[in-house]
Amino acid sequence: MSATKTLFDKVWDSHVVHKIQDGPDVLFIDRHMVHEVTSPVAFLGIKNRNIPVMHPEKTFATADHNTPTINQHLPVADPLSANQLRMLEENANEYGISYWGLGHAKNGIVHVVGPEYGITQPGATIVCGDSHTSTHGAFGAIAFGIGTSEVEMVLATQCIMQPKPKRMRININGKMSKGVTPKDVALFIISQLTTSGATGYFVEYAGEIFRDMSMEGRMTVCNLSIEMGARGGMIAPDEKTFEYVKDREFTPKGADWDKAMAYWETLYTDEDAIFDKELTFDGSLIEPMITYGTNPGMGMGISNDIPMANDVQGGATTYQKSLKYMDFNEGDSMMGKPIDFVFLGSCTNGRIEDFRAFASIVKGRKKADNVTAWLVPGSHKVEAAIKDEGILDILTESGFELREPGCSACLAMNDDKVPAGKLAVSTSNRNFEGRQGPGSRTLLASPLVAAAAAVTGKVTDPRELMVELV
Amino acid sequence: MAYDKFDILTSTAVPLPIENVDTDQIIPARFLKATERVGFGDNLFRDWRYNQDNTLKEDFVLNQDKFSGKILVGGKNFGSGSSREHAAWAVYDYGFRCVVSSFFADIFRGNCLNIGVLPVQVSAEFLQKIFDATEADPTTELEVNLKEQNITLLSTGESESFDINGYKKNNMLNGFDDIDYLLNIKKDIETFAESTPL
Repeated sequence: MSATKTLFDKVWDSHVVHKIQDGPDVLFIDRHMVHEVTSPVAFLGIKNRNIPVMHPEKTFATADHNTPTINQHLPVADPLSANQLRMLEENANEYGISYWGLGHAKNGIVHVVGPEYGITQPGATIVCGDSHTSTHGAFGAIAFGIGTSEVEMVLATQCIMQPKPKRMRININGKMSKGVTPKDVALFIISQLTTSGATGYFVEYAGEIFRDMSMEGRMTVCNLSIEMGARGGMIAPDEKTFEYVKDREFTPKGADWDKAMAYWETLYTDEDAIFDKELTFDGSLIEPMITYGTNPGMGMGISNDIPMANDVQGGATTYQKSLKYMDFNEGDSMMGKPIDFVFLGSCTNGRIEDFRAFASIVKGRKKADNVTAWLVPGSHKVEAAIKDEGILDILTESGFELREPGCSACLAMNDDKVPAGKLAVSTSNRNFEGRQGPGSRTLLASPLVAAAAAVTGKVTDPRELMVELV
Repeated sequence: MAYDKFDILTSTAVPLPIENVDTDQIIPARFLKATERVGFGDNLFRDWRYNQDNTLKEDFVLNQDKFSGKILVGGKNFGSGSSREHAAWAVYDYGFRCVVSSFFADIFRGNCLNIGVLPVQVSAEFLQKIFDATEADPTTELEVNLKEQNITLLSTGESESFDINGYKKNNMLNGFDDIDYLLNIKKDIETFAESTPL
């Protein structure tokens, strides 16, 4: 028997405290991120059991899901949201957990600030009561979302109990074509696998297309792993990863850095390692993508027509119900459909690279009059970079305003709700019925597609607006 | 949080023959603002149950008097989307103790097991039989036997077995939860923590 291992096996196996016969593994968790929505009942649980947080130094709390994106200096108007935020602050203080609340310089979306401050590290196990925790897999970490009962387990014992998922590798070689971003690559993969195609698996993304991506781009890809049902997704760390991680607040320094590097440099899939499932795509064929239905698997190249019910996987009834909700017809073209809202932001596309991409299209153009645009940075750090790089000037010049950081219209827990019937082009991660507000309709797309829609007022192929590079 | 023991459940079922039922439908995000685990059943399938003016959508299955019971039967890929345990809480709080589908999303399945709702995965064919039987006669009963790991359509006697790992099965039969287990091995965890590189 060969001792070859996948990247996933290496990280998982080295974190197993205990194996249960005919049961789950007890997995040690290196980093636990906590936010206001999925934590109160977990804290209540340990309070009722009268036990402390086992490792407060491995636990980090930030407020993001519920927070307003304007006037953050004022008290939060919604009493229920305000109460949840207050509870998180009280719990963090009581148990000695770092807390980056509303107004704190380091505040932002949990999956944006984790990497920014070096909490996210290669080879770590990272959990959070949020399914997009898969984002952190971009660093070669095993990162996934957990339920509140598991949040309580991690607070109490720094462990969770999970059966080991199967292994899948998705290989994509080739270069991203003009107008194609990591978001399009991810939406393409999900459209091929459907929203349940990777359920039960942990995915490793491999190949030239991912190697070429920035860390921000890799985060976007790993972020969306959950949308095809995967437990998580990861990319082997490389020089780009180590360069990104180096010298951040919570990353090891000096001799500790050398020790960490010695571990991190072992984090790759051995040549002969076996995956339970392996898929390969040609990256050069991927187009700018857009969704037309009510799950992220219902996506296609922007210039295509909406598929006929008979041509899609799954039940025709569910498919037609979805198109009826969207008020679209089989065979429709998406191009030219008038839109009402544009949302740039979220843990999927709320990073500096996403704002650069958006600005590259809107520069020298004006926001369309029929469009309401919400531009929401993922963190204060992203917000500062937008200002420092002169992107804010471009946006302002084009008639856009920048809001304050948070999850915002991605899940519409705050006031950023798309009204019923309105159509939004969003860079976030879910187009479920009512996701962005009751009755709202969402088209998921990249920051480039969102920008093209924002200046034309309709679904537009961003390639038509891109300046030719000579 | 400890929960009720699960042994044999005999009940009528509520059919929801839709695929990819996501957690935003099970409980929309705007109802996640509570700080205690109470009242989530009121908002189970909120936007499918109620119109925007809070009047009932008469044709939705939970609003049809003829359908009731402790077993919810959903289409393929039930519970996709978010990790919000609130979705499982809403299912439980409404009165369901078991969800049957031909395929479950990972995190939702785990959340159900952690709070005492039994996810039962059956074949696509058996799922269709259950849908057909309950829609033809809403008084049709199902028996879910955890110990024997099978589910039976009592009207015809047709039965199918389902998978659950031995550890979780024992937990559900006895109403144990994972934290008790973990606290019992706390010493091992502490020793392990000292050796971790990060």
